[in-house]
Parts: sequence; structure tokens; C-alpha cells
Amino acid sequence: MHTFYRIGWRGKATRHIISIGDFDRRQIDRLLDNAKRIDAQKYDKNALFGKILATLFFEPSTRTRMSFEAAMARLGGTSLSVGSVEACSMAKGETLADTVRVVSGYADAIVIRHPKEGAARLAAQFATVPVINAGDGAGQHPSQTLLDLYTIRQSMKLDEINVALVGDLRYGRTAHSLASALSLYGANLHTVSPKGLELPASLLAELTGKGMRVTDYNSIGDAIPEVDVIYVTRIQRERFPDSASYFDVTSSYRITPETLANAREHAIVLHPLPRVDEIDPRVDSLPHAKYFNQSRNGVPVRMAMLQQVMQ
Amino acid sequence: MKRAESEGGEGGNAEKGENEGLLVRRIRSGTVIDHIAAGEALNVVKILGITGTTTEALSIATNVPSGQMGKKDIVKLNNRELSKQEVDRIALISPHATINIIRNFKVCEKKGVEIPDVVEGLVRCPNPGCITNTNEPIASRFSVTGKGLRCAYCDWIIGHDITSYIL
Repeated sequence: MHTFYRIGWRGKATRHIISIGDFDRRQIDRLLDNAKRIDAQKYDKNALFGKILATLFFEPSTRTRMSFEAAMARLGGTSLSVGSVEACSMAKGETLADTVRVVSGYADAIVIRHPKEGAARLAAQFATVPVINAGDGAGQHPSQTLLDLYTIRQSMKLDEINVALVGDLRYGRTAHSLASALSLYGANLHTVSPKGLELPASLLAELTGKGMRVTDYNSIGDAIPEVDVIYVTRIQRERFPDSASYFDVTSSYRITPETLANAREHAIVLHPLPRVDEIDPRVDSLPHAKYFNQSRNGVPVRMAMLQQVMQ
Repeated sequence: MKRAESEGGEGGNAEKGENEGLLVRRIRSGTVIDHIAAGEALNVVKILGITGTTTEALSIATNVPSGQMGKKDIVKLNNRELSKQEVDRIALISPHATINIIRNFKVCEKKGVEIPDVVEGLVRCPNPGCITNTNEPIASRFSVTGKGLRCAYCDWIIGHDITSYIL
């Protein structure tokens, strides 16, 4: 796959980040290397001085939005945003295409989250400034995947690791993107999910087609001793007909100190957050718990992304 | 009953022994689409954007015996020469179709269809959550892959039954 380029009206090649599938391994490594330099404070604090980032979030977000804004501020730039969907012109029926054309005139880059799949790709088609996808429906969320990879890389090399994906693997976009990215590194995948929330067959075929070994488990306890990374995703209550069946399922997929008793010593637990019941708070103090580091890593990784598209 | 016509029409490419029974008159000029998979003629017409309100004189023969294919469909369009782009769309549902461009009752060009790399504005994305199924000013766009048509916006794949999604 290729990074997606387009010539903007200013005559410059505009670079967008829409999908992790647009990156090859070399491009991911380069971006993560830059994030590492930023993390070590080896960066120009005025690199984006005078630049403006527009954050267009048509869905709720805490971490992604704040970390993009924090990243922009740390690079010396500023951010603009619409307060809420109700407060913007789309509430009056304006198309997304028109919105991004207009916002392109106000800002030097756009970060967008939208409920419809493919919305970021559409935005990139009409914007005259770089667009970064911060989540489009059940589709892509590349900045999350990059920070997931970055967090794993802080603990181990990415090559040929064993990764368990736990929880809602059918609708969980972060799990899909991570699985695709890991296929570039020769990882083995171990999946643990409730019935009906398994990895989509099309994605499974794509991953195995790339040579990835995927093993499915009925019980989380069987998978944990086999893996280096346990990536937990939230199981959404609305996927179940009633609360009782939801609680039945979530309790069997919960990560606790007991389920981690057989984990490899170096194994790490990740979660894109917010968590609800998937991880027992007692796990927070164990050395395996890396999900708050993961969340914090959103800032250096997004700084590297902003630098990539705006410099 | 009208005179039987050579299969595929005007090009003298008849498969011998099948010359009897076709009810479709030869055309002076236009396009004959031959070797369409049996039963797909109406979908071919749909792909070409021909509706009851367009002006072309159109002849359709379905389930015609064919030595090569067992059965096939044929579509003849009077006074319209199809472009390569139009022709290649047919390949999505009938990859073995052949196109004969007719001028003054003679076949002037004869070509097969090639599956295009990209299909725009022809097929609706089945994903209800896809941005192309909204009021945005864009046409659907699919890349043609070994697994089927992949939506350029949401990556949804139409693996089979493409005709159900033709716009």
C-alpha cells in the first residue's frame, strides 16, 4: 500500500494520514523513531509555530482530541475546534465536503473524527490541507494504532511477537488496525472473543493471506501464557440483548491479577481506553499494566504525525 | 418469423448449426454485445444506463444456444458505439462477453472486455455506515481486486452478487 498524496490548490503535494494500511513498515518505523526522539525531548519546540490545527470531532472524544491539541501546543502551534456538532454548519445540513473545504481556508491541517466510515478519505479528497483521521465510524483510527505499536516497542521489539486480542474483535476498529499493522512485523495473533464478536472473516482471510498465524481461543486463560502482549478492547453493552447476558460475557473476558498469574514475565497489558469492566483496577499496579503509558504516548506519537504532515 | 441471423450478429462469427431461431434483425450500425453469460443481458443493459426512457433501439436475446457456452445472451444497440469504459464495466458481470462494433452491416471492430481497475459511480456500497451512502457530493468508487470490489472509502468488499448493488 502507499501513503496517500494529493495535489492541493496551493500547488503543494498534500500528505494525509487516513489508514494504517497506507503505511509500509519502513514508514511506520520512521514515524515511531521520531516519536521516540520527541519523547526524549529532542525536538524543536517551535517546529509548528504559527501553524493552526483544526480539530473536527463529530463524535465524542477525550483522549484523542486532547492529545492532538496537546501535541500541537507542544510543537508551538495552536488549535481551532467547533464546540459540538450542534454548533457547527453541518447541523444546518452542510455536507462534510463543503465543511472541510471551508476549514481548509482557516487551518494548516485538519484532524477529523466522524461517525461514517470513509469520512476521512472523503475529507482528504476535498481538503486543500493535510487531513489526519482520528476515527471514522467502525473504520480506521491510525493514530491509535501507531501509539499502540509505540507502546509495545517500549517494552520489546515488534518483530515476530505473540499478541492476544481480547474482547470485541468484530466492531473494534483499534483491534483491526493493530492486527493489520502487526502483520507487517511477522507477529502471531491469538484471538479471544465472545461468540458473535469474533474477528470479521474478511479481515481474518486478509491477515492469514499475508502469512499471519491466527489462533482462536475459547478461554482467556489458555491464551495468556502464550503471548507477549494482551490487547484488551471494550465489549459494548449494546451488542447484547440484555444486561444479564452482557455481564455473563464480560466477566469471562475480564483481566484480573488471577488471570495474569500465568502470564509471561515480560508480557504487557494494553487497552485503548476508556475501560469499563474489562480490566480489574487491581491490575493497574502490576508491572504488566501499560495502558496508562499507552494513553500518555498519544502525545509524542501525534506530535510525530503532525510534524510529518505539516513540515 | 424473421430470418435467422448469424450468432453474435453481423460478423460472420456464427457457431455453425446455431443459425436457426434467432429473432433479432441485423443492425446497420451500432454495437453487438455477444457471449454474455446467460441471464445477464438485462443487467448488461442496466450497467450501460439504458432505461426505457433512453433513445437507443435495443434488441435483447436471452438463453440462446451456444456451442462455446451452452447458453448465452446477446444485446444489440442500434446507432450507438460503446466506449471502452462502458464496455469494460460489462466485464464485472460477464467477463467473457465480446463486443462487435458494426458499421454498414460489417464488423469493424471486435474486442473482448477487460475488467477495469476502478469502477466509479456504478455500484452502491452495501455498507450502510459508508460515507458514500449519504448526501455527500461523491460517486461511489471501488477498486477491483481478486476478492471482488473494494470500496475506496470504507474498504467494504462486495465478493459476489455485484448486480444487486448496481445503481
